[in-house]
Amino acid sequence: MKYLITGLLLLSSYQLFAGETHPSRNKKNNDNAGLTLPAGFTATVVAEGYGSVRHITLTKTGGLYAKLGKLYKGKGILYFKQSADGKLELVSSFGKYIGTGIAIKNGYLYASSNTEVFRYKLNDKEEVIDTANPEKIITGLLDRHEHETKSIALDNNNNIYVNIGAYSNACQVEDRKKGSPSMKPCPILDSAGGIWMFKADQLNQTYKDGIRYATGLRNVVGLDWNTATNSLFVMQHGRDQLHDLFPEMYDTKQSAELPSECMYEIKKGDNAGWPYIYYDHLVNKKIIAPEYGGDGKKSTDEYLTPAVAFPGHLAPNGLQFYSAKQFPDKYKNGAFIAFHGSWNRAPEPQEGYYVAFVPFKNGKPNGKWEVFANGFAGATISPRGAEHRPCGLAQGPDGSLYVSDDSKGTIYKISYNK
Amino acid sequence: MKKISYISFFTATSIYLFAQTNTLQDSIKRGKVVYNKVCLSCHMADGSGVPKMNPPLTVAEYMNDKKKMISIVLKGMNDRIPIDDEYYSNAMAPHADLSNQQIADVLTYVRNSFGNKAGAVSVAEVAAVRTPAKPAAKSVSNNTINKKQ
Ligand code: HEC
Repeated sequence: MKYLITGLLLLSSYQLFAGETHPSRNKKNNDNAGLTLPAGFTATVVAEGYGSVRHITLTKTGGLYAKLGKLYKGKGILYFKQSADGKLELVSSFGKYIGTGIAIKNGYLYASSNTEVFRYKLNDKEEVIDTANPEKIITGLLDRHEHETKSIALDNNNNIYVNIGAYSNACQVEDRKKGSPSMKPCPILDSAGGIWMFKADQLNQTYKDGIRYATGLRNVVGLDWNTATNSLFVMQHGRDQLHDLFPEMYDTKQSAELPSECMYEIKKGDNAGWPYIYYDHLVNKKIIAPEYGGDGKKSTDEYLTPAVAFPGHLAPNGLQFYSAKQFPDKYKNGAFIAFHGSWNRAPEPQEGYYVAFVPFKNGKPNGKWEVFANGFAGATISPRGAEHRPCGLAQGPDGSLYVSDDSKGTIYKISYNK
Repeated sequence: MKKISYISFFTATSIYLFAQTNTLQDSIKRGKVVYNKVCLSCHMADGSGVPKMNPPLTVAEYMNDKKKMISIVLKGMNDRIPIDDEYYSNAMAPHADLSNQQIADVLTYVRNSFGNKAGAVSVAEVAAVRTPAKPAAKSVSNNTINKKQ
């Protein structure tokens, strides 16, 4: 009974404060919002209680747009502006669709549902002029509920890149069923499992108007146009269940660690090899998938080699190249990755739930990746038990890094103070 | 070693005999082994599942409906209907290669774990959902599949 009452109290106070700056969190803010960071960095919670905040983007004046995976009071896009106390203040919400992708380019705000991409004209303060009447740029993209979110990135040449995830784990006839054969060629790749390129300013484009820019990518959630290299970088979510489906080849430890979560630099026409191969960072090889004649060891030289390979199942949901000056030199042009955190490592301990960093030099990774911000999950590192799960990343106009959480809708701001 | 004795335990002939002397606790114990091997990777050790991907195994709508549960294990589930207001985007594959005994045990385990408190599932109930007409026929051939793994 006591627990019940405490529970109810907690619940009602949560609801009261949901979506507002939370006074009791000041303590937490002094504590870097519960995060562990490299020396000299501080973190604060600038917004919280908005539910599933997926990707975020900032305006030149520090306004922030957030795309929601679950509607907040009936709306799927939130617009915040900086308030005097350094927090974010919600000023408007619009768009009655859920989704993941959001980006600002050429005077427009771009946002995606799980099947379409819209754009909203911005005024000179980068505020949406007419929230009710966006232009529909792309329509009719596949949503078969598995890997259905559409992430977006734009280049400087009037193109928009859209991830269309494969609605499958390993292209088996029956998804995730042990013993069910995989298809070759994998028919899914015609309309999913890759990145599609469209024009950023044409209306109502469908598959036939776009091109399949890169294929063999099972599912990409984090992607970014790297202005230093003038090329697209993507983070792939690698396949699951090597042990469940092939227990004679992979024990649970190998299955937790493999395959690598890969960062690829993508050029037009590239093929990263899903479902035929996966990458193994322990031996630095492209391994033939067990469904396609592999034995856990056989490798191939075919297909794209990743720029960086991380341990398995960390679920990279956000990618942001750092082009600002606030952080120390080491971070310049490097990549931040938001790892949503694993589920497919069970029964081994789960991993991820942090923001990682990879230094870059001359457009190539330069040195080992490291954990940059940790502690989002709190005491319980599991998909349901985690307090927060990092999802989106964005760079503010002052060079701070913003991180969104799609579990409770917290937005963190990480700054360097010397 | 445990695995080997486990598999040989459930040969086609012993299933039926063993079922006769089942106690609830024995069934839960065996069910946990099946769960850890087959279901845990998606539904997690504590049955809490994965938000947006794999549902928790504590949902009354399913826990109160043995037939539905049996049928989900046998035929898989890819309905993408909301469960307690959330969609679960993964596909659950069919697990018809499990024997009737294994399915009865694993569901009995689930129904008595993670805070659930519901009755045991019997081999006969699984058989009735698997092959309504002639219950015995299929579990034999499925055991052959089991041995090959
Ligand atoms: C590949 C991952 C996976 C595995 C392995 C798996 N399930 Fe599921 N299970 C799911 C998903 C995903 C759903 C929901 C599918 C949907 O919404 O269409 C589900 C639904 C269910 C449901 C009904 C929904 C609920 O919340 O109760 C039950 C019961 C269930 N599974 C039991 C089991 C049992 C028992 C096993 C082991 C024999 C098992 N599952 C193995 C992924 C899995």
